[in-house]
Amino acid sequence: MRLVPEIWVGVAVLAFAAIVFQQSTAIPVSPLYARVGPTVVPYATALALGILGVFLLIAGFRGGWSGDDPEIALPIDWRSFRWLLLGLALNVALIDQLGFIIASCLLFMCTARCFGSRKPHVDLGLGFVLATVAYVGFAKGLGINIGSGPIEALF
Amino acid sequence: MDTLSQLLNGFAVALTPINLMFALIGTFLGTAIGVLPGIGPALTIALLLPITFKVDPTGAFILFAGIYYGAMYGGSTTSILLNTPGESATIVTALEGNRMAKRGRAGAALATAAIGSFVAGTIGTIGITFLAPIVVELALKFGPAEYFCLMALAFVTVSAVLGNSTVRGLVSLFFGIWLGLIGIDLQTGQPRFTFGLIELLDGINVIVVAVGLFAVGETLWLASRHAHGKDELLPLSGSLWMTREEWKRSWKPWLRGTGLGFSIGALPAGGAEIPTFLSYYIEKKLSLKPEEFGNGAIEGVAGPEAANNASAAGVLVPMLTLGLPTSATAAIMLSAFQSYGIQPGPLLFQTQANLVWGLIASLYIANVMLLILNLPLVPLWVKILAVPKPWLYGGILLFATIGTYGISQSVIDLMLLYAVGIAGYFMRRFDFPAAPVIIGMILGPLAEQELRRALTISQGDWTVFLTRPLSATLLALAAAALLGPHIYAYMAKRRAA
Repeated sequence: MRLVPEIWVGVAVLAFAAIVFQQSTAIPVSPLYARVGPTVVPYATALALGILGVFLLIAGFRGGWSGDDPEIALPIDWRSFRWLLLGLALNVALIDQLGFIIASCLLFMCTARCFGSRKPHVDLGLGFVLATVAYVGFAKGLGINIGSGPIEALF
Repeated sequence: MDTLSQLLNGFAVALTPINLMFALIGTFLGTAIGVLPGIGPALTIALLLPITFKVDPTGAFILFAGIYYGAMYGGSTTSILLNTPGESATIVTALEGNRMAKRGRAGAALATAAIGSFVAGTIGTIGITFLAPIVVELALKFGPAEYFCLMALAFVTVSAVLGNSTVRGLVSLFFGIWLGLIGIDLQTGQPRFTFGLIELLDGINVIVVAVGLFAVGETLWLASRHAHGKDELLPLSGSLWMTREEWKRSWKPWLRGTGLGFSIGALPAGGAEIPTFLSYYIEKKLSLKPEEFGNGAIEGVAGPEAANNASAAGVLVPMLTLGLPTSATAAIMLSAFQSYGIQPGPLLFQTQANLVWGLIASLYIANVMLLILNLPLVPLWVKILAVPKPWLYGGILLFATIGTYGISQSVIDLMLLYAVGIAGYFMRRFDFPAAPVIIGMILGPLAEQELRRALTISQGDWTVFLTRPLSATLLALAAAALLGPHIYAYMAKRRAA
């Protein structure tokens, strides 16, 4: 028997079903609604996920299902992929302090780098313009508050 | 006659300058995002949901419907010229359309796609106009038990029947239902699955999930594949004017595709993929030149393109008359209705007649706009296709951020967005469909509500779903759709053995 990654998918779905079940027991039920209370659908969901997880696990032990499409199982190209992860991390870390425009401009640059761009200064400039336009559009056009930051304060 | 006068009223609403402008913006934006690979109508409408705070419902839905129709038109351009389908519903178009482009007949392929889409979209809209009032009559007789069973049927068809695997489709569906359960239970006021976080009491916003799956997840997936494979953009070759022979070979596939697309779209099954595949195989069987299939047969573009547009129209029937969304885009539109405090369903045609008929009338207008946008202006869309990938995906993530962070200015939402994105990445890797997540999330709470109503009326008697003929029929259909294909496959295997 070959250990394919799909086995872990089955395990993950079963673990998820267990969490859903455990959290369903934590829902407080008022006796007034005991007949069709707030826990009926949560328990049903946990049960369904549990059964489906078993099916996935069986499919995993039988060799998985990625074999039909060889492209799907190609390894991740980490040299470019890590740029994307860096961009997402920077965005979460900086958006509260530096504001949407700066944080997302960096995200744009990192994403562009991940997809093969070799001109970071151009990307940075374009990202800045795009973020500013998007900010003004959403904040002024739609009246949505997109938080504050040094550049946002100028508008 | 009543329908026609209602429709005329609708045109009076849709032809006001402001609503015409919304239709134009919607069709333009819809074509653009249809052309761009990686962005679809569900994602775009999710990002634009905040306009529901600012714009009146009629304008907003005219905009959304324009985007929905426009994406169906625009997707074909990408399939034909790039061989990367812009939308899942245009996968089949790529089969023959890209071959036609390679043979120097890109112009004719684009023309038959656009005109076929126009024919199908218009006939489909006529279909909505006359079918919707009939469904409304029927739907007024539905009680909670029938609604619940209808939703159960829709759950089964969108997750188990449409995808590659019943089990994986259902996992996606239940994941979505679970996401929909998070937050305060409206009936009893109890918090569910909030893990003690105050931020989760109001539930998870559908924008976060839709944008996470369709923008972040998709970008993560494509980034991880980036090193492998290159796309080749073919030039816009050949005249946009179709020859007499091409017209002759196109019009029947258009009409057949329209029939297939609209009827399958209007069923609670929905989905645009199945009718496009069916249309392709039918045209291949009926073609006088079957040997051309695989080398750029125009029927293989005309039929499926008509089918996907007609199904977009068909999906609006259960959506407007029953409040039953059967595609991810329709589910997001339903959540837009909810944010206006409007519940789609049979009563919508009475309480919001201006909105509904204005929307339907605007679909006729949108189709004309789209024909113009997609034929003479096609060189413009070809330029959009040339946007370098680094900037395209940088832009997608930037808009994903603003759409999510703008909901609450909370980093929690942003982290949730990325968590959903990572889940979306693994779903792509292991071939789990994304649409059932969105449909489960939106429709799940409504189904739970109907379930509880039905059981309250029956005083807790679960047999209510089986004793009422209509709900029993719907449940039987759901069971047949779920188990039928597997039983059939099992029998076929035994017979072969």
